[in-house]
Amino acid sequence: MNHKIEVKNLYKIFGHQPERGIKMIEEGRSKDDIMLETKLGVGVANASFYVKEGEILVVMGLSGSGKSTLVRCINRLIDPTAGQVIVDGTDVVTLDEEGLRKFRQKHFGMVFQNFALFPHRTVVQNAEYGLEIQGMDPEERKEKAMQSLEQVGLKGWEDSYPSQLSGGMQQRVGLARALALDADIMLMDEAFSALDPLIRRDMQDELLSLQDKVQKTIVFISHDLDEALKLGDRIVLMKDGFIVQEGTAEEILTAPANDYVAKFVEEVDMSKVLTAESVMIKPVAQAHSETDGPRAALRKMEHAGISSIFVRKEKKLFGIVTATDAAEAAERGERSLEKIMIQNFHRVSPDTSANDLFPLLAETSFPLAVVDENDRLKGVIIKGSLLAKLSEKRLKEKELI
Amino acid sequence: MADFRIPIGDSIEATIDFFVDNFAFITKAFAEVTENGIEILVSVMTFSHPIVLILLITALAYYLTKSYGLGVFTLLGLLLIWNMGLWDPTVSTLALVLISTLFAIIIGVPLGILASISTISYRIIMPILDFMQTMPAFVYLIPAIPFFGLGPVAAIFSTVIFSMPPAIRLTCLGIKQVPSELVEAADAFGSSKAQKLFKLQLPIATPTIMAGINQTIMLALSMVVIAAMIGAKGLGGEVWKAIQRLQPGRGFEAGIGIVIVAIILDRIMQRVGGKSKPAV
Ligand SMILES: Nc1ncnc2c1ncn2[C@@H]1O[C@H](COP(=O)(O)OP(=O)(O)O)[C@@H](O)[C@H]1O
Ligand SMILES: [Mg+2]
Repeated sequence: MNHKIEVKNLYKIFGHQPERGIKMIEEGRSKDDIMLETKLGVGVANASFYVKEGEILVVMGLSGSGKSTLVRCINRLIDPTAGQVIVDGTDVVTLDEEGLRKFRQKHFGMVFQNFALFPHRTVVQNAEYGLEIQGMDPEERKEKAMQSLEQVGLKGWEDSYPSQLSGGMQQRVGLARALALDADIMLMDEAFSALDPLIRRDMQDELLSLQDKVQKTIVFISHDLDEALKLGDRIVLMKDGFIVQEGTAEEILTAPANDYVAKFVEEVDMSKVLTAESVMIKPVAQAHSETDGPRAALRKMEHAGISSIFVRKEKKLFGIVTATDAAEAAERGERSLEKIMIQNFHRVSPDTSANDLFPLLAETSFPLAVVDENDRLKGVIIKGSLLAKLSEKRLKEKELI
Repeated sequence: MADFRIPIGDSIEATIDFFVDNFAFITKAFAEVTENGIEILVSVMTFSHPIVLILLITALAYYLTKSYGLGVFTLLGLLLIWNMGLWDPTVSTLALVLISTLFAIIIGVPLGILASISTISYRIIMPILDFMQTMPAFVYLIPAIPFFGLGPVAAIFSTVIFSMPPAIRLTCLGIKQVPSELVEAADAFGSSKAQKLFKLQLPIATPTIMAGINQTIMLALSMVVIAAMIGAKGLGGEVWKAIQRLQPGRGFEAGIGIVIVAIILDRIMQRVGGKSKPAV
């Protein structure tokens, strides 16, 4: 996949003669240090990362860590002090005023934390703002705006004013305004942070299902790990202007790069209370060593859309078989699964804490088998499902508070 | 100390003389044209029977504000003015206020926009406004005479100068008060400066700008009265005559007329300004 956005050695230092700050950062000085000595504010310090076409990249960090500054450097609402922001081969930093304007129109849709809707315009007029700016004729742009309003479920509200809508609906308008543009990149700065937890979750779900259809490249800013886990194909973690870790949710959860990340991840320590039993899912298929041969096991796997299958013997868990091995065994005309049975997968008891599951998951490509004291298979845990269950449970937990 | 005097007055006079000597023929010509314009406006307004215009203004006041109270007040107030025999001076005062306000808006609003956009112009314009507003109003009358001669045009000139500051100030303030996140959103979608101004900043600043225009109208009204001293006729002229002839009754009648006109204009402007506020 292409790198849609590539950010290289990006700096944003606030204050007088910001170059001094870059030098101090290169010398390894910290943000607080630099502030004390020079009164310069470090917004973003030497940030490099990429966003792949069609993925959701979540930039996460505590308040003040530089997320908003970073995302604004991408479309240059804030001019970076140094560095490059390459979008589709163009360095945004080098564009002149007119070029930047056109580039924004073509490539960037943006959604803001506090919605930033235009209060004097109706919902549909808000949604068509970007197209109006581009000089599209009124009928065409209205039609497009209506389409995007429909996409976010606001049909019938087009003639209301933003102040007449609830927060969640207002942010849908914000989303529609960005979608209507047909820009290929969406920048979302804490887009859901101002919403109630329940509505927030709805919006997250909706964003994911929308993303299935529209396939934008999304940079999503969040200070909430659950949101990041749920939405992010990859996550970038920021602290004091620096990027401290970058990777998939699993990578960050299982191998925190430093204490800061670990602290963040510890937040997921609902997982301490959560056990294997509470996050496992039902095995979608199982094979029986008495009755199933390689062909039958293969068929079961194909049917369930999985690449390995647990095998039972009498009522006990016996082993695991991969689709590749099963196919080869079938080719060779073998009748039994015994020869291709693999044992190097992890068995965990139902009360294992979810925290201990991450390292196990990290080192194996097989699902974890949750077995009871009689070695009977109670359920399986796969990476995606663990994360999904975790964030779902934490969100529910939060709503109760 | 006494034998050296910084020549502030002298240099101002010299400057004014220079401009008068070189440009007065232009301003005098302008004065003539404008004076004709005013006369035409006044004669159009007084062409029909007073009651026609009174009803028209009443209808306009009601149409703009949708307030029965103001409609009734306008009707009774204007009838009272007519009854006091002050209708013609009132019309000419109204005409002067209208024209002055128009000029003040045409010059003031763009200056306000300029001040809101460029820091340099802000730094230049704001101190001048402070200066203009603290300077006693009468002083503006003096240089107006050599440029425009005695009469209504000189009155309009000093009125425009005197009443323009709020239009500039509140236009600038209104635009600066547009929430920065909205401006940011407009920028993020690739708006040009003009698009930002006309599609976002001006519409949102409208209530504030209207408040400024309202103040401008009130100042214009008070200045038009003062400008009677240099030959503006109207209600101010009646007051001025009453002072010279020591007729307190006549003076109060004209004063009441001014108050009535002020209230009507103020209430109309408040409603018009308030209505354009987006529903919050
Ligand atoms: N306009 C500005 N002037 C000076 N400092 C700023 C400005 N904007 C942000 N900062 C500083 O940059 C740092 C990062 O801010 P921000 O990007 O808003 O963080 P986040 O979005 O992660 O909460 C903070 O320390 C903040 O004080
Ligand atoms: Mg922020």
